[in-house]
Amino acid sequence: MSLKDIISPFNAWKRAFEKPDTIVKPLSERDGADLYRGFHTNDIEKCIGCGSCEEICQNASIDLVDVASIQAKSGDSGLRPLIDYGRCCWCALCVDICPTGSLKMSNDYTWVTDDSDAFRFIPGVDKKKWDNSEKGYKSFKEAWLVNPNREHASEKAPDIRKHDFDEYAEGFSDEQALVEAGRCLECGICIQACPTHMDIPKYISAIRKGNLEEGLRIMYETNPMLEACGRICTAKCEDVCAVGHNGKPIAIRSLKRYIGDKTFRKKDEIMDLKPVQQTGKKVGIIGGGPAGLTAAFYLRRLGHAVTIYEQHDKLGGMLKWGIPDYRLPADVLQREIDFIIRQGIDVKYNVKIGKDISFDQLHKDNDAVFIGVGAQIGSDMPIRGMDTEGVYSGVEFLEKVSKGEKPFVGKYAVVVGGGNTSIDAARSSIRLGANAKILYRRTEQEMPANREEIREAKEEGADLMILSTPTKIEKLPSGGLKIECLKMELGEPDSSGRRRPVPKEGSEFYIEADVCIMAVGQKVEPEFSESIGLKVTKWGTFEVHSDTLRSNDKVFAGGDCQTGPDDAIRAVAAGKTAAYFIDKQFKG
Amino acid sequence: MKPIWNDTQEYDLKSGKYVKIWQGPQHPGVTGNMSLELLLEGDEIKWLKTHVGYLHRGFEKLMERRKFINCFPIVCRICVPEPDTNEYLFAAATEELSGIEIPERAKWIRALNLEMARLAATIMGLGGQAASFGLGTIGQWAVAHRDFLLDSFEELTGGRIYHMYMIPGGVRYDIPEGFAGRLEKTLVKIEKLISDIDKVMFNNAVFKSRAKGLGIIPKDWIEPFGITGTTARGSGVNYDVRKDHPYLVYDRLDFEVNVGTDGDVYERSLIRKEESLLSIRLIRQILSKMPKTGPVRTFIPDILHWKIPAGETYLKAESGRGEYGYYMVTDGSEYPRRVHVKGASYTHAMALLEKLGEGVTNADIFGLMVSLQTCPPEIER
Repeated sequence: MSLKDIISPFNAWKRAFEKPDTIVKPLSERDGADLYRGFHTNDIEKCIGCGSCEEICQNASIDLVDVASIQAKSGDSGLRPLIDYGRCCWCALCVDICPTGSLKMSNDYTWVTDDSDAFRFIPGVDKKKWDNSEKGYKSFKEAWLVNPNREHASEKAPDIRKHDFDEYAEGFSDEQALVEAGRCLECGICIQACPTHMDIPKYISAIRKGNLEEGLRIMYETNPMLEACGRICTAKCEDVCAVGHNGKPIAIRSLKRYIGDKTFRKKDEIMDLKPVQQTGKKVGIIGGGPAGLTAAFYLRRLGHAVTIYEQHDKLGGMLKWGIPDYRLPADVLQREIDFIIRQGIDVKYNVKIGKDISFDQLHKDNDAVFIGVGAQIGSDMPIRGMDTEGVYSGVEFLEKVSKGEKPFVGKYAVVVGGGNTSIDAARSSIRLGANAKILYRRTEQEMPANREEIREAKEEGADLMILSTPTKIEKLPSGGLKIECLKMELGEPDSSGRRRPVPKEGSEFYIEADVCIMAVGQKVEPEFSESIGLKVTKWGTFEVHSDTLRSNDKVFAGGDCQTGPDDAIRAVAAGKTAAYFIDKQFKG
Repeated sequence: MKPIWNDTQEYDLKSGKYVKIWQGPQHPGVTGNMSLELLLEGDEIKWLKTHVGYLHRGFEKLMERRKFINCFPIVCRICVPEPDTNEYLFAAATEELSGIEIPERAKWIRALNLEMARLAATIMGLGGQAASFGLGTIGQWAVAHRDFLLDSFEELTGGRIYHMYMIPGGVRYDIPEGFAGRLEKTLVKIEKLISDIDKVMFNNAVFKSRAKGLGIIPKDWIEPFGITGTTARGSGVNYDVRKDHPYLVYDRLDFEVNVGTDGDVYERSLIRKEESLLSIRLIRQILSKMPKTGPVRTFIPDILHWKIPAGETYLKAESGRGEYGYYMVTDGSEYPRRVHVKGASYTHAMALLEKLGEGVTNADIFGLMVSLQTCPPEIER
């Protein structure tokens, strides 16, 4: 101990003369740091209620609740997160996982209220003073906890694939499937978007767990055409996928195909469908397409006797005759149909109702009838020269291709229309050796065909000619066709929301081609609908109850013949719905 | 070796010679929710027993029911003054068991974060040490300066106390623009504070007379008790995980650890003061040596269902209070099978305090307790 030890502590007084570090007004609020994890804010318009925040919250402080002002719609559950500040630990993992980036945190420090219930609130709905705070913690691209990149299955190069009708896209490898399944947040937003409401998160979870058998069983609960859908489905689920809001959506269709590809050899063993008790009820199904086959499968599983009346010598409908082999190989479709038929379904091939058997007879013989005949007739354009030799309808052309006939395409084929049929026709004509040109009256943006298919068609050399429409077709002395066309421009949006094409005056031009394939729409065979005497709409489709698909007493209709030309998954959904309501009707 | 502690002393409480009192769990002097059962004869402690269990939140068990990513926000809560060591060790254990290599820059940022945390904890510890001997001014200075560091933490990590920044795979995001400059200003302030503390605390007749010779831990007690960190270094044992078992980037940093001789409260405080200066030097070194750009996080696919292959590991790091360890067992599922946390003060905060407390006056017992850096939350996990 020295004198220094007595004097030295007085150094503390020096600080009394320094500028204080404390703030002058201790009660005035100051801003937190730019990335301070303060109170939650949620852009409720951007939020889709996927519940990923709820899933990752380790304290269970987030609950997804119904909000009156939000309507549930496709891609939005209508629920919004309610946060309990009695449980929250402000880790912000909810912000880091939010796929839409709607959930953020303000940089506010304090919130004082005497109402303890106020600390359970729905950010964005219950208005708070920090709602418009610019600063605070928000999700970064690099901090996002989800892999934004999608796996791509390998496919044959366009130069190779355009020469044959072999399937060009390969399925996922095991590693790819695991990585892709691992991206899924299991939010279930996709289930609602799928017309037949497949339990997508559950079968993806089965892939993740390596239990593909379970995945197959889950898929058969809602869709017996899963192998076909795994290849050609329009994948509405992927359009709404939560991960798609910040990255590429999960490749749901490819994962579905993966399960199908890996399990088809042992399908009977895995599904192990035991015979069910027979009810003694008989159902006649007209048309063996996706709607009819689906209805047949589920009705059979419910114990009813089912007979399918098919006008061709093979089942499959549009999947068989409208989709070329390079997208859906015939053997894949056949093995899937065989499995359905093996459940004890009777099929009458080459039978046309109204010609070979009368509809009345069918009506009398069965306890219920389901009509799933599709829209098999290609629509005509109201232009001159439609009956010229070398002008085909899209469906007619594709059917010939599917039958293995090689319809004449010459060197130049022109395809009119912007739907999937048009793309299929163009790509088929390329495979038959022609140069294809697609004429569409709107722009590429408005084309109803799948984006992916448009891209692939272009890769194979299809030439897209937008804002053009044919006005007249005539035969040239040389044997080719002269297609007179008109340029269009886009006007006001029509009832479908797409901008209406308006002819541009004085923009006439013509193209020469060897064939012209019209893929401008399809309709139900008018002779058939007239012969059975059911009510039809002005578009020629059957008029049925929108929920139950019931027309009158015991007749149900679904699929393209009820909705107009649409995709396979909607037909599957219609088949499933019809089976449910037919069974319900039997049970009273 | 003879047992260095036995619990057989008996005092006749009815004799009127002794008084038994409890201090804690709610007492301004104890360093957390822990209580001391004291038997006093006059002002002198004749017998002392420590009681823990007031702060048991069952983190180790909670983790067994949580997915790996969900454990990330809770581990920091095991230690309030220096939570980052927990974050680092948990993340590092998951990374080691799952075979994930974190980016180079993330290693440097983690080291920066750990040194900042150590600095914040040591200066608050110094303030607490001074305050426990009645030098409250230093306590106030220290807490204010820790707050400046918390501002830096807030800027870097988004949180002041619990940072939740060292996520498995690296760190959550990169250092903000201009951060190093602002941190440097705080470091300069802290250097000045330490020079003031040197004058006001270490050259202070009151502090010296009370701290010198108090709670002497002989060197040969260090190993049997398993004492580590500044407490061990104060008694002349040169052991520092950063130096002896380097992790992150410590093998690339140039530093010497401080070792004392006396083993009393004064020596331990002095070592801690040197330790905070060392942290400042290390922070500057890290900021100048770290790669200027590069990724800061290795992406972990499928974080919600992250499965770690079966395995076990024990990882240790030097916290401000000594060796901190995480023993993790995984079984290939989405949940840790077992996580055991070795708190740095666990080894000496109970048994050793009971031993050292005998003969100490009631007024000095808290000074002694603070000098052992007792941290009840990490004792109980």
